[in-house]
Amino acid sequence: MDLLIPDSGLLFWMTLVFIIVFIILWKAGFPAIIKMVTDRKAFIDESLKKAHEANEKLANIQKEGESILQEAREKQAAILKEAADTRDAIVEKAQDKAREEGARLLSDAKAQIETEKQNAIREIRGQVAELSVQIAEKVLKAKLSDDKAQMDMINRLLDEVSSDNKQ
Amino acid sequence: MKHLKQFLLMAMLLFTLAPLQVSAKENIDVKEILWGHIKDSYEWHITKVGDHPVVIHLPIIVNTTSGWHVFCSSEFSEEKDANGDRPGPFNLVIKNADAQANPNKIVEKVGGQEVRPLDISITKTVCVLFIDAIILLLCVLIPARWCRKHKVDDPAPKGFVGLMHMFIMSVYTDVIEATLGKEAPKYAPWLLTCFFFIFVANIMGIVPFPPGGGNLTGNIACTVFFGVTTFLITNFTGTKEYWKDIFWPEVPTWLKVPVPLMPFIELFGIFTKPLALIIRLFANMMAGHAIALSFAAIIFIMFNISENAIANYVAGTGMTIVSVAMSAFMMLLEVLVSYIQALVFTMLSAVFISLAHVKSHEAEPEIVK
Repeated sequence: MDLLIPDSGLLFWMTLVFIIVFIILWKAGFPAIIKMVTDRKAFIDESLKKAHEANEKLANIQKEGESILQEAREKQAAILKEAADTRDAIVEKAQDKAREEGARLLSDAKAQIETEKQNAIREIRGQVAELSVQIAEKVLKAKLSDDKAQMDMINRLLDEVSSDNKQ
Repeated sequence: MKHLKQFLLMAMLLFTLAPLQVSAKENIDVKEILWGHIKDSYEWHITKVGDHPVVIHLPIIVNTTSGWHVFCSSEFSEEKDANGDRPGPFNLVIKNADAQANPNKIVEKVGGQEVRPLDISITKTVCVLFIDAIILLLCVLIPARWCRKHKVDDPAPKGFVGLMHMFIMSVYTDVIEATLGKEAPKYAPWLLTCFFFIFVANIMGIVPFPPGGGNLTGNIACTVFFGVTTFLITNFTGTKEYWKDIFWPEVPTWLKVPVPLMPFIELFGIFTKPLALIIRLFANMMAGHAIALSFAAIIFIMFNISENAIANYVAGTGMTIVSVAMSAFMMLLEVLVSYIQALVFTMLSAVFISLAHVKSHEAEPEIVK
């Protein structure tokens, strides 16, 4: 039965020791540890969240970069295409102009040639006429050396004039 | 490797052969061994080398009719007088272990009467209490020092500090915070001190040699202290609603007047709660010590079971193997019990405190909002 009766001496020491231990641990032990571990937990959670966010941002940046690259590529292709079109247009225009110019030059040349030709022909004709008049003079001088021939000639000419009037 | 194991087995078998000289029948007083260990004593009996006992004598502090006396317990004679008491100085005697009143305690003989003096001697259990308190302080203050010397963003603590942080937080979040909620930080130091004090004392009780081996939490004085403090905290911090629920609970009126049946039961409950705490911890730890000692004592009983030396030898050797196996099992179980009892005590204390902090039923919906 004495097992169930608390001994006063032990109870005294128990109370004393436990209260001293409690006060020491209260002031310097448990609250410090609990605060530290709770703070650390909050810090670690925060860090994890931040790391997660940073990862997400990085992924976003990568995606953004890719899209920018894609856009740039598209723009490049568009610009190249436009440039090619412009080039083609310019070349075509130049060709047209050249063709026109060529045609114009050709026609000018042709006109000039024609004029030159006409001039040449006219000159030749003049020369030929002069020559023929000279020849005809000489022939006529030769032929009309006698009076008879002169008279025939006058007659014939007169006939011709009269026949012309009749008409 | 295989041979090594066989060699070890042979060595162990040879070791069990050693107590062959035990031949004559001896009476083993198991009761004395058991009570001697479970109960408190004025000296710390460690072991026996040959016939010479190894004992640490502890200081005696008593206030007798002739004033305060402080002396060493070795001043009490080993020889027992006619009553089986051990006489000492200043008319003091240590009573016989089988005495009706004050067994194994110091009493003062005043004119033929035996008076129990005010006795605050450093007994074996008090000595164990000091040792456990120092171990507890080291176990908590070392991790706390780490906390003071480090910043939040320092690398995590390793080893013992890390273990204690984890251990403390497991009790704090899983038991105290889960039970008390927002009030947890206020009561956490007390409950955590209780938990770790009980746990350290339980574990040190399992260690079979000094500085362990004492039976602190298996002593009713220790558990009474815990129970009474829980009782005081519960009732002194109790809210108005707590006391209203005790004296005027929400039950049919005929249960309250004219015969105050429910108030009586509730009032009774105030005292049974801490009493349950006291008895549970005390009985569990005492039974653990008793079982561990009984398994050890069985070996010695079996070596002295008969007059026949051969029979003793066979019975003792056989029982040794069984007993050692059972002791190892009990030891592991006791480690588990140490933790569970500390946890149960803390959990129930937290529950009792939270029950004393009930808010009025009308106020509850506002909290939900």
